[in-house]
Amino acid sequence: MNKPVAVMVLQKTQKKRLNQRSQTLLYLTFGSFFLVAITVAGTLMGELAVTTSFTQKNLLPQLAHPFGTDWLGRDMLSRTLKGMSLSIYIGLFAATISAVIAAVLGAAAATLGKKVDAVITWLIDLVMGIPHLLLLILISYALGRGTFGVVVAVAISHWPVLTRIIRGEILQLKEANYIKIAEKLGQGKLKIVVKHMLPHIFPQFLVGLVLLFPHAILHEAALTFLGFGLPPEQPGIGIILSESMKYLALGMWWLAFFPGIVLLATVMLFDLIGESLRKRIDPHSAQD
Amino acid sequence: MELESYSGLLTYIGKSIIKIITLLIAVSILSFILVSASPVDPVRAYIGEVGMANMSTDSLAKLEAYFGLNTPPAERYWNWFSDFIRGDMGASLLYRQPVANVIQVKFMNSMVLMTTAWIFSGLLGFVLGIVAGFYRGRWIDKLIKGYSLLVASTPTFWLALVLLMIFSVWLQLLPIGLSVPIGVNAAEVSILDSLRHLILPALTLSVIGIANITLHTREKMIDIMGEDYILFAKARGKSRLAIIRHHGLRNIMLPAITLQFASISEIFGGSVLVEQVFSYPGLGKAAVAAGLGGDAPLLLGIAVISAALVFSGNFIANLLYGIIDPRIRRGSVYE
Repeated sequence: MNKPVAVMVLQKTQKKRLNQRSQTLLYLTFGSFFLVAITVAGTLMGELAVTTSFTQKNLLPQLAHPFGTDWLGRDMLSRTLKGMSLSIYIGLFAATISAVIAAVLGAAAATLGKKVDAVITWLIDLVMGIPHLLLLILISYALGRGTFGVVVAVAISHWPVLTRIIRGEILQLKEANYIKIAEKLGQGKLKIVVKHMLPHIFPQFLVGLVLLFPHAILHEAALTFLGFGLPPEQPGIGIILSESMKYLALGMWWLAFFPGIVLLATVMLFDLIGESLRKRIDPHSAQD
Repeated sequence: MELESYSGLLTYIGKSIIKIITLLIAVSILSFILVSASPVDPVRAYIGEVGMANMSTDSLAKLEAYFGLNTPPAERYWNWFSDFIRGDMGASLLYRQPVANVIQVKFMNSMVLMTTAWIFSGLLGFVLGIVAGFYRGRWIDKLIKGYSLLVASTPTFWLALVLLMIFSVWLQLLPIGLSVPIGVNAAEVSILDSLRHLILPALTLSVIGIANITLHTREKMIDIMGEDYILFAKARGKSRLAIIRHHGLRNIMLPAITLQFASISEIFGGSVLVEQVFSYPGLGKAAVAAGLGGDAPLLLGIAVISAALVFSGNFIANLLYGIIDPRIRRGSVYE
């Protein structure tokens, strides 16, 4: 009957919310689920995204076409999903390649001596010196534009930031006692890197990789929007948005609005997954 | 003592300038390789498809020799480089003018746009960051933080399209594009007109640019609010404004300024997209046109100029960091 106040307060807060780790896990599942849903839906959408129907041109968003239709009567929802899934595939592929480059260069810079370090640091400065979008344009131009150009451009230009992080982590790690002991025991450099260092930095690497996805996706869309990326017959998000520009003055706002929202949501979901992953597997930021 | 620290600064400046120059040369070599590797044929880009069909093989060979397609790449780069040193960046194929002239005009336009957005986003982001950090966890902090996170994920070109729809198509307050009205001679454009055409592109860039500086300032402000001297200031009954002004401002200003100078690369990237949407005649739009139209000399020139801009920004950032902050002035930054 007469419980002390403190006990009641404690019970109240305990009841109210999930603990941090379960909450993070919930976000992680939620984000992954939606992304997989978008990708699968877009992949299965295939034909619908390019089917024209002249009886259903320029329709406002409605029940049958939640995102409306364009000037050829194509359903904007299926076009958006198809475009988004294309962007996600390219983003996943390109970011993974960039992350692998970053891991190799970062590890090399930190372990192969001062000269290699200087060269790689200089390379980072060089690549970061050209504004990223301009670098993408240059690479795409060198490869004659098109899908191949955009994939390569995004894949080989996203490594500098992650390289810096990995280099810093390994440099710190080199001072750790267990690495020094391994050296004293006469283990080879490669063995130390592979066996003792890589497992330690793997969490950071994984989080860095996931956080690269949204960058890669945004850059692919931007490059395509400017006319350097996917060909116009592909329903890429960049293509959809650049086509919509011609129809904005006619008041067809839905052509640009919804595809952009989906792109924004995708980017935010990837960020959410990355941050949740960081909280789950990186002990330093578990309580943020 | 004082003199010593300044001579250290001078060596630092000297070293940095040498580093920047070597990096710029490297950027030009890298860009040159990329541009040369392109399958886009400069002769074809210069005279167009119809011209190609009507050309005799003789004149084609002459043009190829003119564009130096027969000389080895290293020699071509050297020719380009020695011309560049003298201020000649070659001729733009699209604009049929010297690249230096084209870049000069576009550069001024872009600078107006970027500087406006840069100052505006810097100031507003700084203030928002302070407010959010000061009222950590309150609704206003959640609002500002949410806004920043949202905007950080927003595609620049989509935001540009949305603002275009709202202000130009629906409300019809602002012009749809271009920095001058169609049919008006560029020299006769009034300042008011140019301003009207600047508003939307600058607004887009600012809205996007705020996110980074806000989040950064907020973090710093939160760190500072946890310090003992803030607690003591509160205990003495200082007002909020006085606490921010006397104890917070100077501490967070430096990293914020540094960050803002280091963000030039991003603002440039954003301006490429924004200029494209609003048909604003700046460097970014010229770069896109050059890339799509096969105008290699112009693309190369813009790459080098923009890299120079980025490197100067980083250089100023490092310099300010050392000059203004007394704790670092004699520290190891300049080694």
